[in-house]
Amino acid sequence: MLLEVENLSKSYPGPEGPVPVLRGVDLQLRAGETLALRGESGSGKSTLLHLAGGLDRADGGRITIDGRQVTGLDDAGRAALRRGTVGIVFQQFNLIPSLTVGANIAFQARLAGRHDVAGAARLAEALGLTAQLRKYPEQLSGGQQQRVAIARTLAARPALVLADEPTGNLDEATATVVLDQMLALVAETGAALMMVTHSPDLAGRLGRQVNLRQGRLA
Amino acid sequence: MTRAGLAALWSHWRRNPLQLFTLVAGLALATALWSGVQALNAQARASYDAAAAVLGEGRHDQLVPRAGDSIPQDTYLTLRRAGWQVSPVLEGRLQAGQTRVRLVGIDPLTAPGGVGPMTRSDQATLPAFLSEGVVFAHPGAAAALADTVAQRVIADPGLAADTAITDIGVAQRLLGRDDLSRLILAETQPMGRPDLDTLAPDLIRRASQQGSDIAQLTDSFHLNLTAFGLLSFAVGIFIVHGAIGLAFEQRRAMIRTLRTLGLSLRRLMLLMGLELALIALLAGGIGVALGYVLAASLLPDVAATLEGLYGAQVAGGLQLDPVWWGSGLGIALTGAALAGAGAFWKIARMPVLATGARAWAVTAGRRRGWQGGAALGLLALAGLGTLLGGGLVAGFASLACLLLGAALALPLVLDRLLALGEERARGVRTQWFLADTRQQLPGLSLALMALLLAMAANIGVSTMVSSFRMTFTGFLDQRLFADLYVAAEDRAQGAALEDFVQDRAEAVLPIQWVDTRIAGQPAEIYGTRVAPAYAENWRFIAQEGADSAVWDRVAAGAAAIVNEQLARRADLWPGDPLPLAPGRTLPIAGVMGDYGNPIGQVIIGEGLFQRLFPDAAPERFGVVTDDSGALRAALEGDFGLAPGQITDQAALKDFSLQVFERTFTVTAALNVLTLAVAGFAILMSLLTLAAMRVPQLAPAWALGLTRASLGRLELLRAVVLAALTLLVALPLGLALAWMLLAVINVEAFGWRLPMFLFPGDYAALGGFALLAALLAALWPAWRLARTPPSELLKVFANEA
Repeated sequence: MLLEVENLSKSYPGPEGPVPVLRGVDLQLRAGETLALRGESGSGKSTLLHLAGGLDRADGGRITIDGRQVTGLDDAGRAALRRGTVGIVFQQFNLIPSLTVGANIAFQARLAGRHDVAGAARLAEALGLTAQLRKYPEQLSGGQQQRVAIARTLAARPALVLADEPTGNLDEATATVVLDQMLALVAETGAALMMVTHSPDLAGRLGRQVNLRQGRLA
Repeated sequence: MTRAGLAALWSHWRRNPLQLFTLVAGLALATALWSGVQALNAQARASYDAAAAVLGEGRHDQLVPRAGDSIPQDTYLTLRRAGWQVSPVLEGRLQAGQTRVRLVGIDPLTAPGGVGPMTRSDQATLPAFLSEGVVFAHPGAAAALADTVAQRVIADPGLAADTAITDIGVAQRLLGRDDLSRLILAETQPMGRPDLDTLAPDLIRRASQQGSDIAQLTDSFHLNLTAFGLLSFAVGIFIVHGAIGLAFEQRRAMIRTLRTLGLSLRRLMLLMGLELALIALLAGGIGVALGYVLAASLLPDVAATLEGLYGAQVAGGLQLDPVWWGSGLGIALTGAALAGAGAFWKIARMPVLATGARAWAVTAGRRRGWQGGAALGLLALAGLGTLLGGGLVAGFASLACLLLGAALALPLVLDRLLALGEERARGVRTQWFLADTRQQLPGLSLALMALLLAMAANIGVSTMVSSFRMTFTGFLDQRLFADLYVAAEDRAQGAALEDFVQDRAEAVLPIQWVDTRIAGQPAEIYGTRVAPAYAENWRFIAQEGADSAVWDRVAAGAAAIVNEQLARRADLWPGDPLPLAPGRTLPIAGVMGDYGNPIGQVIIGEGLFQRLFPDAAPERFGVVTDDSGALRAALEGDFGLAPGQITDQAALKDFSLQVFERTFTVTAALNVLTLAVAGFAILMSLLTLAAMRVPQLAPAWALGLTRASLGRLELLRAVVLAALTLLVALPLGLALAWMLLAVINVEAFGWRLPMFLFPGDYAALGGFALLAALLAALWPAWRLARTPPSELLKVFANEA
């Protein structure tokens, strides 16, 4: 099992005390599997994704990725996890504005010590970015920026890709193209994918769907 | 991973070269001004140390006269016979061509090890030194001395400027003296020797730690320079702090992304620290080089000031000391660390999921509370320090608290002023303009603080200098009332000259004095032939009885007049007894202002002076006459005096004012530099903020304001903010001037000056400051006015 989530809980401080967001979530994901995480706003989808990616700490429960327990890791350990095992694609792209498209694509792979020039070039070609490699993110459209973010994640060859509404900022036609490309490349690299989305259509294109409702899997 | 991380961090600077330039330039300027001042101080101190090292001062205790500056040779012999291990020193001035050389005579046989140049010279042996009478001289004085004395002169760069050293016998012959100036004590002395008080009651022991008189006298001048250097450094650090703060705000999203992609917080902090250190070293290197250029260009003026004020000789060439380079780089690193500490603290505390974009105003709003508290606290400390503190360091600390407190309070004051304007504004455009200006305050506050400090320093220092100039000019008019000043070549000519002038002038006033020590302070005693002109012209700042009564008592040898410096330092005021010489005390009848003179001065009647110091004879005279032209012609034609030996009153006043003006050249230069640095801070802040301004201005553009009018409003904004800052700078500058005149000057120089106001100067300074702000805003405003509409539209296109 690549990802195992057991009895996971998380609260955030509120004006009238802690507000529970996740209340004992259990979830499993195998290598190569794709999973859509759905739910209403505030149901805890992004929180679950952030905890799985080691971006935040859980209050209780356990997360294991590739046999390694994430919940007990310190900052450096969680950074190493994000560098080597997990790749995250955000709705806001989060590209580095001062690096060129080419440097952005290579960046995470270089951090992970897995930079492969030919592989990065293939990814850029597959995502239609070859002509944009010398440009800066601000010179690209939203769809192009998201494709750069996907290429950056996949160039590092992570075992698990976590995507937080990766097409949320794109129009419908662009979203479909970007998702198609992402799914094809994830399948090609053999990575598992967990994607947060509101869209039933996009969710339907993934191998499995789960719904979160008030912090619990429905 | 490290390389990738560094490359990502560095890419920010590559894409924002202006910001990098601001950071490097700010740090380099701060380092330059600081290290330049340090270089000047170090050079001067090295010169004093070289002078002191010749005599063994600083390393050996010495026996010096309790009063006066002469020790009879017999006293030395008595001490030696009684077993005291002492070595004689004679010091005097020798005219060699145009140079007055400080000639020091030592006895190499009895001098403790390390004293004198014999230890480092391979050009003369000890026998040669003793038998041939070799004179070692600073290279600057060696040529002139070689033409004056019969002895062999060897140039020695290790000696202080205008200093020469020789065997004591040679020195006595050259100076025409048979006494000694002081005795150096060997470190080890035999047990059971008789007490000093028994053998030589007129001598006192001066401990080695006391250092040289010159070093003590000039301490206050160097402290002044250091304070200016520190102020300039602070202004520079404001720029650096602003640049680092802006870079942090702009890189906040990148920092989050880097952490998201797997760079740990610790490594990120390490990389950013390394990045800042590299930039600081680069800027420090540039700054130290600039500091060297600055110091080299100011050194002649500083040397002239030190000589004019204190008679201290400072070598004209700047030495490159590795320690100075190291300390320059160190101060650049420290400055960068200080300026970046806040940003690093924020990064360390920033959660990885923090929002990418965060308005500066939000954090600034939270900062406002503690900033106001800190400003009030510092201003209160400044007040307490001024009222209760004592000493020069306390004075400067109070000044620092005042300036820093006012700088911290400035954004709050400006915010309140703009808010008041906003409330009263009628037009919608004015209202928007004022509201938008308030929003700009956090981004510009550091540059405005720098401008405030620079303007206040300018107002304060120029008020002090101009007040000083007015007082000094009046003082010169009082003091230099004789129409001609004549100088004889020697005593014999002096006596003949006095006889010659006696019948041809209204009054002849001999100028004669001896150097001595009074109440532990270096001082001069003048023997004055009291004339009615003294009572008519001189003004006292404290006295017993009427002016004429004071002078009558002085003429009768029944009282003395002291200058303000001696009165303040030794706490001697009218009515107090003044120890003049062993066994001779006079009451003080008056205290006179004596501006520009660093040491104590005592005036006694001519008769008493001749009885106390029979060896002293006048060689200079002031002459009161109705027809100075005719007298000058007679002196040159009939008496045969060279034209250079006669100085008229106007020329002497001119010369004194020249010395005065030169004294403040350094201060004025640092003043201008500080103002320039502040102008640079405004320019850089506006340029850096320009990119962040587009989202704020795009809505106004969309609602109908043209790009040209937006550009004009940016110009107006800079001028309005500078004008409001000037409003705060004016009272702050006047408070600074008051502290300089009433606190620092009294502690540093020993005299208090009246304060005058110069509204014309302040108006001119205000005009310059507004012009500087206008010029600084010109380019950013022009760039804004030319922002393509597509850039403005992007603001709306990016809205989610």
